[in-house]
Amino acid sequence: MSIATFEIGAVPAAWTRRHLLDLESLSADEINIILDTAVAMREATGGCQQKLPLLSGKTFANLFFENSTRTRTSFSLAARRLGGDTIDFSASGSSLSKGETFIDTGRNIEAMGVDVVVVRHSTPGTPQLLAQNLSCSVVNAGDGSHEHPTQGLLDILTIRQRAGRIAGLTVALVGDIAHSRTARSNIWGLKKLGAHVIVCGPSTLVSRRWEELGIEVSYKLDDILPRCDVLNLLRIQFERQSTRPFPSVREYALLYTMNRERLARAKQDILVLAPGPINRGVEVTPDVADGPHSLILEQVTNGLAVRMAVLWLITGVGSE
Amino acid sequence: MPSLLIKNGRVIDPSQRMDRITNLLVRDGKIAAYDVLPNGQDVVVDAAGKIVSPGLIDMHVHLREPGREEDETIATGTAAALAGGFTSVACIPNTEPPIDTQATVEFVRHQAARADNCNVFVVACVSKGREGKQLAEIGQLVEAGAVAFSDDGAPVYDSELMRRAFEYCLMFDKPILNHAEVRELTVGGVMHEGLVSLLLGLPGMPAAAEDVMVGRDISLAQATGGRIHVMHVSSAGSVELIRRAKSRGVRVTTEVCPHHFVLTDKSLRTFDSNFKMSPPLRDSHDVDTCIAGLADGTIDCIVTDHAPHAREKKMLELDKAPFGIVGLETSLALVATWLIEPGHLDWPTALAKMTINPARVLGIDKGTLAIGADADITVIDPDVRWTIDPERFRSKSINTPFAGWNLRGRADTVIVGGRIKFTARDAV
Repeated sequence: MSIATFEIGAVPAAWTRRHLLDLESLSADEINIILDTAVAMREATGGCQQKLPLLSGKTFANLFFENSTRTRTSFSLAARRLGGDTIDFSASGSSLSKGETFIDTGRNIEAMGVDVVVVRHSTPGTPQLLAQNLSCSVVNAGDGSHEHPTQGLLDILTIRQRAGRIAGLTVALVGDIAHSRTARSNIWGLKKLGAHVIVCGPSTLVSRRWEELGIEVSYKLDDILPRCDVLNLLRIQFERQSTRPFPSVREYALLYTMNRERLARAKQDILVLAPGPINRGVEVTPDVADGPHSLILEQVTNGLAVRMAVLWLITGVGSE
Repeated sequence: MPSLLIKNGRVIDPSQRMDRITNLLVRDGKIAAYDVLPNGQDVVVDAAGKIVSPGLIDMHVHLREPGREEDETIATGTAAALAGGFTSVACIPNTEPPIDTQATVEFVRHQAARADNCNVFVVACVSKGREGKQLAEIGQLVEAGAVAFSDDGAPVYDSELMRRAFEYCLMFDKPILNHAEVRELTVGGVMHEGLVSLLLGLPGMPAAAEDVMVGRDISLAQATGGRIHVMHVSSAGSVELIRRAKSRGVRVTTEVCPHHFVLTDKSLRTFDSNFKMSPPLRDSHDVDTCIAGLADGTIDCIVTDHAPHAREKKMLELDKAPFGIVGLETSLALVATWLIEPGHLDWPTALAKMTINPARVLGIDKGTLAIGADADITVIDPDVRWTIDPERFRSKSINTPFAGWNLRGRADTVIVGGRIKFTARDAV
């Protein structure tokens, strides 16, 4: 893809979606379109540093009903890099506290002439609810423990960029699978692109039912480590847990922290990802997080490219 | 009161093991005679090609009044009941205030009489204020007309209180209707815990949360000789527990809602709060087991758990929206389409679960077309196809997951105490 390719309405013919709600419903081709567009965006903007004013006059609203720093900033920056205007909305101090419903809030924001609503919410399905009730495009920026499609896409893009492929790789998602929207998006995206996916963590956080989808389930990181090409270390989401699923953080760390000793037993070219925010010393030790196998900061840069790609693609469809 | 002849209908009365085409005479509000020829009766209802059933009974209905009239009133709820073919409903006491005093029982009965639609029987609270701490004044509630006891909306949680309730109700031979749910296992739950909840990232409510409580209630009923009626059974494990308990002679009965034998948890993939109910929609194994339980007699009754919620309350995020759906106006058609048409049940068996069986559980003198009985009659058109349009509901609320479904069978004429209270013509 070249700069000349980036015109409103010039989105690839195979891309027909007005919303990005999840990765479960996307085909492998559609995922590849987003990834390829993100790569081209990154190149066209010198690593996402420069503006590419493709979406001047478009307005993007960030509706964040849940705290976020990284994702919100990334979406805002992505919209601005494409020349769009952005509106930021947060639940605290909004009319929600006056009793307004979630849908009415969305409708009011849309009525201000918004083209795309980027929504984060603690409840699964809220982006779908908005998509059903608004006429503008909706992008899911994380809905509870359900999905976080752009995070999944940026993780996959980062792996593809470094490993050169996804098909045939063994990718382990380690940690709090039960409460992780990142895990769910990664699982769908990686599977569709042909990776072998392992979910690994305490049995209280990793259901055997994942096997029904052809996913390997493991409770022992040390056992699977030598087979893995990629480790994606997921945060323990204490805030989403109603009961403590393991006896102590110390015990969790003993079994699952990715540290120097474990790294020594892994493949030499193993890739380590963490969607963040990372708890140093819990999911990963600082020497690994900051070491040569870590792709954590590349994930952040790719996040910007992926979000620019997504906004351009869905806006292109919406303008037709 | 005008006399009434219902002619040429297929009269199915499970209470008398009757299933034949005949004419039925109603006089002075009572079933007067069979095989009567038309001879100057005041009103003649032509029931050719239709089923003449004892008036349907729904023993699990939330009428919301007093306290939540924005969702439903006794007048609108009973109007919805008539439109669904029901001549009697039993209302559940989780109102505001709860029905735990003679005054509230009398209020409900008074409002029902004012509405003058169908019969309303009152289920009163097991515990004062539905707080689960102290027995309600059950004797006085019986005196006021309560036919059964339940803290539904919530289970009777304290095992000792439940034991005492069973023992105390022995004096009145009244059943305890319990909502079976161990709440430690369902904290924050929105749907059935299974593969679908795993994929959607929604907090689940395991079937075991129901099974454990059903097991406890059966044990306590067995120990005390009390009568337990398990409300809205939904899990395969519960059905099996009840089946075994019945075979041991425990005084246990149960009921199932149409949504639990029609829908599975896969419906939640839409994230539509009209599929959010408690107990939740379970998986296909549970659904199949419920149908098997209906067929082999383990499940005695079909009820709706009619749970109206005003539109704005269901238009919320899935975790904030309340549990429950309306059911009075869709139940009969779901039974006809999903149980009878595929051959799981025949009409007499299905109608027993909607007439005489709930009457027996509640100990009410209804559900029969025996001569001398109250002339509560539902004439059913078993073949008519129609599409569910919630905007036409008599209920004040429209929270149904079945909007737009094309179903077979519905009430054609509904007679309460010898008076025609609803005809399908009204619904057009």
